[in-house]
Amino acid sequence: MKFMLMMHAPRGNGEYQINQWKPERFRAHIQFMRDLNKGLREAGELASAEGLAPPGQARIVRSNGEGAPEVTDGPFAESKEFLVGYWIVDVENADRAYAIAAKASTAPGPGGKPLGIQIEVRQVMSGPPDSP
Amino acid sequence: MKTTGVHLLRELAPHVLGAVVRRYGDFDAAEDAVQEALTAAAFQWPRTGVPENPRAWLIQVAARKLTDHLRSESARRRRETKVVLETPPGENVVPPPDEAQVEEDDTLVLLFMCCHPALTRPSAIALTLRAVGGLTTTEIANAFLVPEATMAQRISRAKQSIKGSGVGFAMPPPEARNASLGAVLHVLYLIFNEGYATSSGGAHQRVDLSSEAIRLARAAHELVPESSEVSGLLALMLLTDARRPARSGPDGEIVPLDEQDRSLWNKEAVAEGAQLVTDAMMRGPAGSYLLQAAIAAVHDEAARAEDTDWLQIVELYAVLMRMSDNPTVALNHAVAVAMVRGPAEGLALLEKLDRDPRIKDHHRLDAVRGHLLERSGEIEAALTHYEAAAEKTASIPERDYLLLKIGRLRGR
Repeated sequence: MKFMLMMHAPRGNGEYQINQWKPERFRAHIQFMRDLNKGLREAGELASAEGLAPPGQARIVRSNGEGAPEVTDGPFAESKEFLVGYWIVDVENADRAYAIAAKASTAPGPGGKPLGIQIEVRQVMSGPPDSP
Repeated sequence: MKTTGVHLLRELAPHVLGAVVRRYGDFDAAEDAVQEALTAAAFQWPRTGVPENPRAWLIQVAARKLTDHLRSESARRRRETKVVLETPPGENVVPPPDEAQVEEDDTLVLLFMCCHPALTRPSAIALTLRAVGGLTTTEIANAFLVPEATMAQRISRAKQSIKGSGVGFAMPPPEARNASLGAVLHVLYLIFNEGYATSSGGAHQRVDLSSEAIRLARAAHELVPESSEVSGLLALMLLTDARRPARSGPDGEIVPLDEQDRSLWNKEAVAEGAQLVTDAMMRGPAGSYLLQAAIAAVHDEAARAEDTDWLQIVELYAVLMRMSDNPTVALNHAVAVAMVRGPAEGLALLEKLDRDPRIKDHHRLDAVRGHLLERSGEIEAALTHYEAAAEKTASIPERDYLLLKIGRLRGR
């Protein structure tokens, strides 16, 4: 079963503002994520993982099929959280996906303790069922 | 299978394809047939040994696959066979040895075809790697980290574009030759850069695109040795790739040029690149690839970062700027000027770029400004620009590098 694990970070000036972290704390955080991905890859559970560029460059695109499409900066400037990155894991069951998400959530923060970052877990829908 | 086998197959691929296309005309079907022949060889040769004439073997197998395909196609359509095969498969498909010149031209014609402006650049890149580079669709897909079906579709569309644009399997007319060569060099340059960007971290058992680009540029250089831009591109690739062992740390983190352990640089590649630059410079006026290669050579020939001949680099960038209006070149020129005449002069040059819509919002402008402000001792202002750069860059190693720099500066 495939699951998408979406890591959301709150906006604002809290501890998620990584440009305020001490280099060694930031290094530890990166290392944690690298090790996590390496473990998933070696276990054959990692389908893909990507980090997203900060939301400052994000755009909302809408089109009703007539005229030029509408491309705007908002409305996420006001939203409380934004998507930082995601994993797609291919695992035995949902519990395993939750366990991976829980592990990712413990990535160390600026004080060295687990950040407790919020991770949304959603099952990825599959193609048509195999013929009997 | 042994690597030598893979290399042999990749080297032979364009010659085989050229021969098959010349015989049967249908580029699309011929290209598929050659891929099948390469796959068959990759399976069979390690078991039975490499045939005495591997090229003839491949041509014969590809020709058989192609005629099988054309026959079943026409049978499927239940029409009279439109394609008249003048020669039965397997008979006299090997060109006589004196056709060596034709073969060389074939590779060049294939490069011109695959890099034709009618194709989007991603399509041209994929098709060049497959038809001229002899890579499989799987290898190309893995190298670009996209699903194989996506890459297969991209290649198939590229071939349709060639068919639709009416580009034939022939050398472009002399007056179009320079433009065609320029398009080829641009595609090879993009392949090299893709390898450069993706080679740090996470690269497991992937085709090394930088090495493939160097191999193709080398082939182009052998085909058109008189072109100083081809020499320049090959040299630029060699001189840049020479730094590969030193340009990233164990976890893929960026090590900037002035902090690299230069003893790790590939000395043979530096020597070959520098020689190519010297030879090409003597042949006449330099184009932009050759000038960029010359700049890379100046960097590579400095034993220590502080020995770099920045004055020469400033002059080379000045020539580049006169040749083309490129804001990235202007940015690099400002960095070099700052090395020679101090950060204030460099910062003054950046002001013009603030008004250039092509670069004013680019993270590199912020990163350079941060660097020059840091060197001027304006730490707070430097931090602001480093933060802006870290916020804007789409490269994770670069973002991490900038964030660590910010952390260090703040900790002082």
